[in-house]
Amino acid sequence: MTVPVTQVVHNRVTLALHRLRDGDGRPLLLLHGLGESSPPSVPTWASAWVGPVAALDFTGHGASTIPRGGGYTAEILLADADAALGQLGEATVLGRGLGAYIALQLAGTRPEAVLGAVLADGPGLAGGATFPTSQSFFALPPAPVAPDPYALVELSRDLRPADYAAAFVRLAATGSRLEEPITVAAVHRPPWLVAVADEPGVAEASVADALRRYAGA
Amino acid sequence: MPSPLVSFTGAHAPDRRDRVMCGDVGITTYEWGPVDGPPLLVVHGGFDFARTFDVFAPLLAAAGWRVVGFDQRGHGDSDHVELYSWDADIRDAMAVLDHVADGRPIPVVGHSKGGSMMVQLADAQPYRFSHLVNIDGIPYQRRIPDVAEHVRTKMMASEITAWLDHRRRTAGATRRPGTIDELAARRGRMNPRLSLEWLRYLVTVGAREDADGWRWKIDPSMRFGGFGPWRPEWTVLRLPGLPMPFLAVFGTEPEEMGWGTEPRSVLSYLPADGRAEILDGVGHFVHIERPHRVAELVLDVVGSPT
Repeated sequence: MTVPVTQVVHNRVTLALHRLRDGDGRPLLLLHGLGESSPPSVPTWASAWVGPVAALDFTGHGASTIPRGGGYTAEILLADADAALGQLGEATVLGRGLGAYIALQLAGTRPEAVLGAVLADGPGLAGGATFPTSQSFFALPPAPVAPDPYALVELSRDLRPADYAAAFVRLAATGSRLEEPITVAAVHRPPWLVAVADEPGVAEASVADALRRYAGA
Repeated sequence: MPSPLVSFTGAHAPDRRDRVMCGDVGITTYEWGPVDGPPLLVVHGGFDFARTFDVFAPLLAAAGWRVVGFDQRGHGDSDHVELYSWDADIRDAMAVLDHVADGRPIPVVGHSKGGSMMVQLADAQPYRFSHLVNIDGIPYQRRIPDVAEHVRTKMMASEITAWLDHRRRTAGATRRPGTIDELAARRGRMNPRLSLEWLRYLVTVGAREDADGWRWKIDPSMRFGGFGPWRPEWTVLRLPGLPMPFLAVFGTEPEEMGWGTEPRSVLSYLPADGRAEILDGVGHFVHIERPHRVAELVLDVVGSPT
């Protein structure tokens, strides 16, 4: 069964926002991991959420536009998620892997609209080195289908310094009406996530418990 | 190349123009000097374009170099694309280097962002560079002093929110049209040290004339400033290990588009075969304010083929 898809325009990219379950109340926005795409139905790991559920395909993933010549950054994906949030209004966000990092950034930059961000394990959680390296550059052939190889390369090595990540927690804690607007559910904790988990305003819980708590917020 | 509508003393339109494909992104290149001369690459800064070398490049070409410049993606006559990033710009520069140098090391001169990008590429792929000249393109530290952490966080919040708001409304955006003088005046607010004559000339080579007026060619989705995890001091940490002869040229007058680097603070990072020249009373666009002096310094390092 196919679910309805809303097209979200982000500059020259058209993003696919899959409405996995419609209904009343605040929606849950799912952000997939690196190289993944939106699930075809509400996944079991998000089943604790009883309200509407939407899932976004990031640029270069799933049914969203594949850009020419790469140029991916986590911040561009943040703007993808922000464009989706603009369609949904207030939402709780659940991110896997790379999507967890984007969920954190979204919670920090739109603290009044994001009522809880849950950071879960998934592909692309770690990011790259956070110091200068001699990491090389190479061109890739154009991608006929998603995921875009440039996305896989560039977003697996983008910079996620711990203090930069922690700043998004402080922004969320300052602007949110929730006492704990971020919940870390991930078992794997790269340095940026260790720093996030240490900040005031961050809870640690399973995905299911976090969703139940934010549903009542 | 057609003659510009406005002339500027010493400015020469490129002798040749070409198109290099970086994957499916079209990058426009320009050449000054003998077609059979040894190639030398010039790389422009952020929000600039290759034709800003119209005075400086011919001075190097006169010494026998085949000077090659290119518009970075989204700038000048190169393609406007979906995404822009530092790494993508470096890859595009690699495509141009492959096109003009065919694997041989050549001299590279980069200004501002172009200079910093080339430091990173020279560290990652040193075999491409015979010499590297960096014109006011070494960012250092950009911390704002005497600001409490919560104020710093608030500044970060307003910067990011403004950027996201811009991203939400940028689809289909166009740049504001105006007369040559109006566009020159707008650019002059960011480049207060450059003469009106030069800025008017830049409009005629960096903007296009539509029915309702002139518009800068740069992609309207691009925005000055921004935020991210990148640390300015990471460029300077790549300098000490560079193996090729290296020259850094600094201006000392602070400007909005400059990095605000205090030249003396980076001298200890110069590579073994490196030197620095500090030009007092000159701003960030060193090669535009003092083209002859900078060309002389560059030729002193890279030599003259003729």
